[in-house]
Amino acid sequence: MSSIEANSLCKMFGTFTAVDDVSLHVKPGEILALLGPNGAGKTTTIRMLASILKPTRGSAKIAGYDIAHEQEAVRNAVGLLTEQHGLYTRMRAGEYLAFFGSVYGIDSSTIQQRTRTLLGEYKLQESAGLRLGQYSKGMRQKLALVRALLHEPQILLLDEPTSAMDPESAHHVRSSIVELRSDDRAIIVCTHNLFEAEALADRIAIIRKGKIIANDSPVELKRKMVGDPIMELRLACSLDGALEHLPEGIVKIASGDTWVRYSTSQPEVVNPKTLSSLAKAGIPVVTLSRVERSLEEVYLQVVREDESQEGMNDGR
Amino acid sequence: MAAEASTPTTLFSGAWIVARREIRDQFRDWRVLAPILLLTLFFPLLMNFTASQAVDFVGRYGAPIIGERLIPFLLMVVGFFPISISIVIALESFAGERERQTLEPLLATPLSDGQLYLGKTAASLAPPLAAAYLGITVYLIGLLVKVQWVPSAQLLIQILSLTTIQAMVMVSGAVVISSLTTSVRAANLLASFIIIPVAMLIMGESMIMFWGRYHILWWIVLALMLITIVLTRMGLRLFNREELLARELDVLDLRGTGRRFRSSFLSGARNPIDWYGGLFSKSLKRIRFPILITSAILLTGFLVGYKQAEMFTLPAEIFQVSAFDKDWLEILRGFGMLTPSGLVKILWANIRALILATIFGVFTFGVLAEILLMAPMAITGYFAGSLTQAGLDASQYITALVLPHAILEVPAAIIAGAAILQLGMAAISLPKGSSLGEGWTTSLAEWARISIGIVLPLLIAAAFLEVFITPRIAVWLLSGS
Repeated sequence: MSSIEANSLCKMFGTFTAVDDVSLHVKPGEILALLGPNGAGKTTTIRMLASILKPTRGSAKIAGYDIAHEQEAVRNAVGLLTEQHGLYTRMRAGEYLAFFGSVYGIDSSTIQQRTRTLLGEYKLQESAGLRLGQYSKGMRQKLALVRALLHEPQILLLDEPTSAMDPESAHHVRSSIVELRSDDRAIIVCTHNLFEAEALADRIAIIRKGKIIANDSPVELKRKMVGDPIMELRLACSLDGALEHLPEGIVKIASGDTWVRYSTSQPEVVNPKTLSSLAKAGIPVVTLSRVERSLEEVYLQVVREDESQEGMNDGR
Repeated sequence: MAAEASTPTTLFSGAWIVARREIRDQFRDWRVLAPILLLTLFFPLLMNFTASQAVDFVGRYGAPIIGERLIPFLLMVVGFFPISISIVIALESFAGERERQTLEPLLATPLSDGQLYLGKTAASLAPPLAAAYLGITVYLIGLLVKVQWVPSAQLLIQILSLTTIQAMVMVSGAVVISSLTTSVRAANLLASFIIIPVAMLIMGESMIMFWGRYHILWWIVLALMLITIVLTRMGLRLFNREELLARELDVLDLRGTGRRFRSSFLSGARNPIDWYGGLFSKSLKRIRFPILITSAILLTGFLVGYKQAEMFTLPAEIFQVSAFDKDWLEILRGFGMLTPSGLVKILWANIRALILATIFGVFTFGVLAEILLMAPMAITGYFAGSLTQAGLDASQYITALVLPHAILEVPAAIIAGAAILQLGMAAISLPKGSSLGEGWTTSLAEWARISIGIVLPLLIAAAFLEVFITPRIAVWLLSGS
């Protein structure tokens, strides 16, 4: 059963459709990256899932609770990291977390214990004496994440979690997010950072103009959107005479003096054949490896296809 | 993973958590703290000095009454100055939190909209009110020591009630303003809609106190309580997650507003017959409750006027029956009656009254419009009462002089009043899911539909009857009596 089940969610502000027919399913222990440009509808989707905004149409269940009718239970089950950290700058970390803890009805000794643990985990303990206004952007973002985790929610909705962070802090937060998944939490990470989406997510949903235009694992997305895997074969000698030993059915894409790239839909069958045939012919192989395709390629391909589809619809 | 987290169960426990944080935060801000301290301690002492000097001065010139009246007035002022800060705190708490983007994490918690509203309102009220009460205490102690003056229990309760309710009006008004804006700057600009009326109220209260009519202060307290209720209801409508997060920018979308107005005005009608059908089947149905209220108010106006005639009786000689003869028609013609220009004049007067009532109604939740429409009914009632007092048959005169056109004019007034009431109340009875602007535009279109489709034709017909028919019926019915 999914921890997050959204079916045909739609949100309109007046005549503007911010989210259109969005369906998402996230299982416990799974991380879904909601990837899209600014204004694509990521934040509105997150706000609906956190029961802050009511959907105009559609329905969703968060940890089994209906977002439209069991708002309080949903908000208790969700830890939301908002796009803006939203800290009270005159407070100190302990006092800030104590306030949010009491809002969630957690007793003070538990708040204190969790505050100690989380501040330690996120390396904020040394800054506990400072007012939050004196924190760096990265520290603020980390504290906002601690706030979202304080009531130990089953669901985490993270809107641009590393947007304001330096590379080291961002790396630390990403590692923490991966660790949080091991607790059987369902996590949605909104981002427009392709690297982050690929590094964190089990699945990626690409959202554009309020619609989900692709939703799959990074590997499947790449396969679907940019075709068969590409292999690169590097030899210790010249390529001359070696090509005839390659198995049938492969598509040569590019080559140099000592290397060749080919695509195949069945690398697990084709690659062993290639290696054995070259070995039989006595041709020395240096490496045979998959050419990494970037998520950026996938993303641009998905968006282009959606745009051309849109153009065709408009032209009709 | 913890499942033990659960929201504070009662409205007040949740509100208290919010209020406690806000109050603590206020006391960290010297811009709030300094004026509160100043107005609590220094200002009452200054007023003590002023009061004792004034009492001495007017006593020397044999006018002690001025001193007697000045002391209670200064008591009110001592209470008012600290609570004037409440509006600043409320704007900071509501619009400021939104502008600093600290509101969304709070909205993501299980706290209800009501708990957030109550907590923030309490936090905006508590420190200024505490400062006001403390300031009043300091002032009273000073007076006791310096001029041995002690207020009556009634005056003290009145001043404390006024201070409290004025703060509540300002804070509930500030919440409404804050909910309609996205920045403290915009909220501050709009705050003059609260500050100016409250300043005028203070001037009025001071006049009442110098006049010595202290009982009127109770009526002011009552009126302010009603305003607080209305503003609180409006604030609760506006201060909700949906409304707060949907409003990202203060943009005036004239084209969108025009489209909404047009669509509500036409209400899907394809032709004038269709439009008129919808007017009667939908629009009139929607204002049936305001129609009932307006009818009751106009009837009350008539009865109040009738009753007033018993107290302020006109001399019987002015109701000379012989006046209603053929010459009377000539006299009336001289005033434009029985002529087309008279029709235009009367129609314009009625339309002008309707426009005025609408303008007043929009800014007073429809209240002043109802009062304005009530006035002619009160005059008619007074006229009928005066006839009765003069020993005449009032029903005969009303039938002759009023009824022929009132048969259309009164329904027009009732329907117009109901439409204005609906428009005035739009801000506090918004349809679910619509913003204030959208709700108000829709109500304005509804008002325009009713005014143009029903009220205006009725007023034209009533003006025609009043100018051409009523005088003739009056002569016919009354000349032979």
